Amino acid sequence: MHPVFQGLLTIIIGVGTCLAYFYFSNQLLDKVLFPARGPQAGRNINRANMIRPWLFLFPAMFALTLYLAYPVVETLRLSLTDRTQGGAFVGLANYAQMAGEPKFWEAMRNNIFWLIVVPAMSTAFGLLAAQLTDRISWGNIAKSLIFMPMAISFVGASVIWKLVYDARPEGTEQIGVLNAIYVWMSGSDPQQWLTVPFWNNFLLMVVLIWIQTGFAMVILSAALRGIPEETVEAAIVDGAGPFTIFFKIKVPQIASTIVVVWTTITLTVLKVFDIVFAMTNGQWGTQVLANYMFNKLFVSIDWGVGSAAAIVIMLLVTPILVWNVRQVRKEMR
Amino acid sequence: MDNIAGTKSSLVWVTHLSVALLVFLWLFPTVGLFVSSFRTADQIATSGWWSALSTQERQNPAIRVEGEEFQDGPLYVIEGELFPDTDATVSAWGTSSRAPEEFAPGETSELSNDRTITLEVDGRYRFTATESQEGARLPRIFTTAETPPEFTFDNYRNMLFNPDNVEGMAQAFIATLTVTIPATIIPILVAAFAAYALAWMEFPGRALLVAFVVALLVVPLQLALIPLLTFHGWVAEATLAFLGSPDPDSARRFAEVNWLGRLFGFEPGDTIKAKGFIGVWFAHTGFGLPLAIYLLRNYMAGLPRDIIENARVDGATDFQIFTRIILPLSFPALASFAIFQFLWTWNDLLVAKVFLLDASGSTNVMTNQIVELLGTRGGNWEILATAAFVSIAVPLAVFFSMQRYLVRGLLAGSVK
Repeated sequence: MHPVFQGLLTIIIGVGTCLAYFYFSNQLLDKVLFPARGPQAGRNINRANMIRPWLFLFPAMFALTLYLAYPVVETLRLSLTDRTQGGAFVGLANYAQMAGEPKFWEAMRNNIFWLIVVPAMSTAFGLLAAQLTDRISWGNIAKSLIFMPMAISFVGASVIWKLVYDARPEGTEQIGVLNAIYVWMSGSDPQQWLTVPFWNNFLLMVVLIWIQTGFAMVILSAALRGIPEETVEAAIVDGAGPFTIFFKIKVPQIASTIVVVWTTITLTVLKVFDIVFAMTNGQWGTQVLANYMFNKLFVSIDWGVGSAAAIVIMLLVTPILVWNVRQVRKEMR
Repeated sequence: MDNIAGTKSSLVWVTHLSVALLVFLWLFPTVGLFVSSFRTADQIATSGWWSALSTQERQNPAIRVEGEEFQDGPLYVIEGELFPDTDATVSAWGTSSRAPEEFAPGETSELSNDRTITLEVDGRYRFTATESQEGARLPRIFTTAETPPEFTFDNYRNMLFNPDNVEGMAQAFIATLTVTIPATIIPILVAAFAAYALAWMEFPGRALLVAFVVALLVVPLQLALIPLLTFHGWVAEATLAFLGSPDPDSARRFAEVNWLGRLFGFEPGDTIKAKGFIGVWFAHTGFGLPLAIYLLRNYMAGLPRDIIENARVDGATDFQIFTRIILPLSFPALASFAIFQFLWTWNDLLVAKVFLLDASGSTNVMTNQIVELLGTRGGNWEILATAAFVSIAVPLAVFFSMQRYLVRGLLAGSVK
């Protein structure tokens, strides 16, 4: 069978099964188990309505539990066991081994840089772009173009930026923009930028900032538009200049949105894997936690240490998790 | 608010210029790759892509004389053209790499063994020799020429429509589509029902479940890799045990197949793999559900209560309310999430690597193929750029045509 038809067939079966479940489980509930007729019609309707939410919820909750909740517990368990000893409990040995590895500390150090630089720069550029584009006639086109990298995969973005950082042997014409400018400005030899220790981390961060700025801009732009005009007008009447208005009137009013944007980008940064994997694979001092974990799990096949690294990532997102849950519970009340 | 900027015209100009600069910076890298994907390997390797947009004078790589030999009096002659496809203008040329600009166009170069080459300004050359050059190594011509911008579709033809190219993207494109479509539709269906229950049905524990979903929103999927891979392996073995009996050497290969297994087309010796499309669909469904439920629930909870209660009074069941009223009204939210999930699954590398790709390579998705090409073809930008653009094109098309929904979804997801 041609792969396209095979694909189509599996798609139809998958989606069909899903639809059939919802339809027939409801039919079963209403027509067979608790039919809304006969002497007990009223009681039956009530019972059916007690069960129905769970029919609606079951597939989603099942998938969530199996694919996200259970793995958290299981990974925690794996991080405390050793696979080579048949899954024996080894306490914190995996964590101790990990803490003894320089690559882990390199990943931690780099992750901290990523966590500081990327959310800050993306939010700052996003805020700048949002404020500036809101005022001009072609602002929407500009926004759309700055937002565009959002649709590009991390892998695609890595290829795009690898071309920017490309280096050709000295004396030949440079085809990477960065080296072309560097050689032209300084007259010195072209650099293999991705191998320059320490600074190469920032070159990788540029890729994520480039992607995330559009996201920050879209959300902050909506928040800026939501600011009551009277506050701005009052400031103008009082003689405030554009910069004063921006920093003293506008930014404080959208502070909560800035926090949301910041935390959302922070979450993305903690999980960043593709960019580092595709551009340097953690060489030349660019390792990050997610790639370190991937290496441990699938290259060294060391499930214990890999799971320990995953737990470290989980611990880092936990504060955001707790904060989010508290926000929602506040809203529900 | 316009009057803030309007009072100072200099500031208006600064604004326009800054935005133009920002847009330029943000667009420049992508345009570079896009332009490169339409250039030949030689062009990419010898000049920056930005110079492809205007006429450039540059040194070309050496081209060896080739063509049919014919006799012209006592001489054996080969005539040909160096640049058959372009309007290059030669400014200087040579016949050795030590002196590539030795001659002006129209001049004749004397080579060893009484051979000569004459090169005209448009790249036509005439090579003469006193004896037949059959089987001999013909000389090379080095040129410096002004070449107008020149673009080619050959890279795309080669990467997409050349069945002999093992690095082609056609199969990976189909594999990516096969991952993406069900991985987008299934979570929407599942999440829509759950979101309706969480928004409009009364039952104990509802608030707790919403908190549960929100908590899972931030759980890194990295944690799920090993536990789920083990689980998928277990499912593969359990399915096999259900459809037949396993080989003593491998729990995932059939020794015998029962009637049910035969119905599904299995034969003894077949294997059931832990990695495959079904696994990756479920994985993407699981990982996409928190956002889907969260977005849809927020949207549905904002629908007017009257409509739903009127329908209830009129005797509609929850199932009818859901399919006839809620689903059509929630279209914007459904579209937002569909775009997110589509972009995310199309662009995904990690989930595919863990749950889909096996040694056979028949299910290779585009993102992974590009990473492989980065390893093996690191300097061949005509291949890399084209491969990357094939995979970027679809998300970009979706992005530009459905941007409204994407923005709406982003706002619903993060601004409270």
